Amino acid sequence: MSTANPTTRAEQVDLELQTLRECNASLHAAAGDPAAARSWRVLNPGGRHSIAAGIDAQLEVEIEGHVGYYCAGMNQHAAVRVRGNCGVGVAENIMSGSVVVEGNASQSAAATGRGGLVVVRGDAAARCAISLKGADVVVRGSIGHMGAFMAQRGRLVVCGDAGDALGDSLYEARLYVRGSVAGLGADCVEKELRDEHVIELRALLERAGIVDVDATSFRRYGSERRLYAFDVDDAIASASTPR
Amino acid sequence: MCGIVGIFSKSPAIADRLGEHAARMLLQLSSRGPDSAGLAIYREPVPAGSTKLSLSAPGGEVDWPAVGRELAAAFAVPRVDVIAPGHAVVVVEAGAEEALAWLAERRPDLRVMSAGRSIEIYKEAVSPAEFVTRLGIETLQGSHALGHTRMATESHVTTEGAHPFSTGLDLCLVHNGSLSNHNRLRRSLQREGIVFATENDSEVAAGYLTWRLREGASLERALEGCLEDLDGFYTFAVGTADGFAVLRDPIACKPAVMAETDDWVAIASEYRALAVLPGAADAHVWEPEPARVYSWGTTVLA
Repeated sequence: MSTANPTTRAEQVDLELQTLRECNASLHAAAGDPAAARSWRVLNPGGRHSIAAGIDAQLEVEIEGHVGYYCAGMNQHAAVRVRGNCGVGVAENIMSGSVVVEGNASQSAAATGRGGLVVVRGDAAARCAISLKGADVVVRGSIGHMGAFMAQRGRLVVCGDAGDALGDSLYEARLYVRGSVAGLGADCVEKELRDEHVIELRALLERAGIVDVDATSFRRYGSERRLYAFDVDDAIASASTPR
Repeated sequence: MCGIVGIFSKSPAIADRLGEHAARMLLQLSSRGPDSAGLAIYREPVPAGSTKLSLSAPGGEVDWPAVGRELAAAFAVPRVDVIAPGHAVVVVEAGAEEALAWLAERRPDLRVMSAGRSIEIYKEAVSPAEFVTRLGIETLQGSHALGHTRMATESHVTTEGAHPFSTGLDLCLVHNGSLSNHNRLRRSLQREGIVFATENDSEVAAGYLTWRLREGASLERALEGCLEDLDGFYTFAVGTADGFAVLRDPIACKPAVMAETDDWVAIASEYRALAVLPGAADAHVWEPEPARVYSWGTTVLA
């Protein structure tokens, strides 16, 4: 079972000794238990899927190794750190809190994320921040193709390069890329980087713990708003007049 | 779904236990492919002028000594190794074309799973765990191996539909994904003389590679041709006499992760299949980029 470390009071879960279900159940139980440890370490992840998914508490969780799919999915309030690489869908639908990946992330990192911060210290593969709905995503390296596909809200910061079809069918998410962009997707255009964006970028980089990157060296991309016909007045009208 | 694994040994310690490593990788991906499992392993190359054949029988009931006697009447036959009921490896002192022609005429009941000088292919429509036990995979030694766990989507669960598929002498293919234009492509390839045993989409990809290689393309060119001529999702791993190559489709819907240490290079659909290899925690791990051919082995693409 879990063993408390008396000096730091970090609870340890060893996935060679405990099942994934026991691991996640312990993390979920800590949410409703004020006496439970706030700091957790997960050992020997071994590429298992869904580690630390569904946490809804202000916990600090450190995962010591590579993880499989959907790590820290649906995260609320917790600060999860992966000391390794992640499989598909890390921090998918993150609501709040933060998820930091020290290695690389596979496809669909931070997919549909609604809030909170996702940091990838290495590279992220295809479809990073796909359908983003309000979370912030900062990638220290580069991202693959179809980054921010149909992203609706939130911000994606890429310190390296972006692959093909960046921001295809983009709604109102803001994209910042420092390196080259292999190609822009439909309805995604480069926009002026104004002072307010530099201020926003500085804050994002600082929150991501990135101190060696100049916020003025980025380019900004956004929706040209020709592909979608959304108008806020229509939404209000349809809400008040059923049809 | 489906899972693919591949391991290429760079040290004798890995080669000595290659079957054990490949088996552990396959078992990790049982959940991606519980229907069927298969393995191509490259081991004990036979001398030039000889041909090694992996043979299997649909019912599993074969009088292998009788097959050996029949073969011995036509060729010098140094050995017939019975690997498991219904599976044997035969080595004949003859060219592959001659040996295959004889089999097609005299023993059409036997399926030729592979032909070449070092390749052996085993596959069965059983769970990966059952496959590993039945074929004694863990005891095999070899230089490299590619394996597959299958969750059938495009055709029936049969041994013929399982992977790896032979794509020529000492060549094989494993596939994770599904192809959309396989019926049309199968018809065009049939006109070129490629023979298909199933309605399986992956067999069409294998047939396509066989055709391109037969027409003189290098393996790299043949794989690049897939990017233009195949419509659908795929991560392919192709085995050759001295290495293997990997290709993902341009959309990269199907997963793949690679890792390398001083002792081995490996590919798998998921990292958990790499995590069971010695030294995996300190391996260089990366995701292969879409539409790019990766290869290992000295003359693999020549």
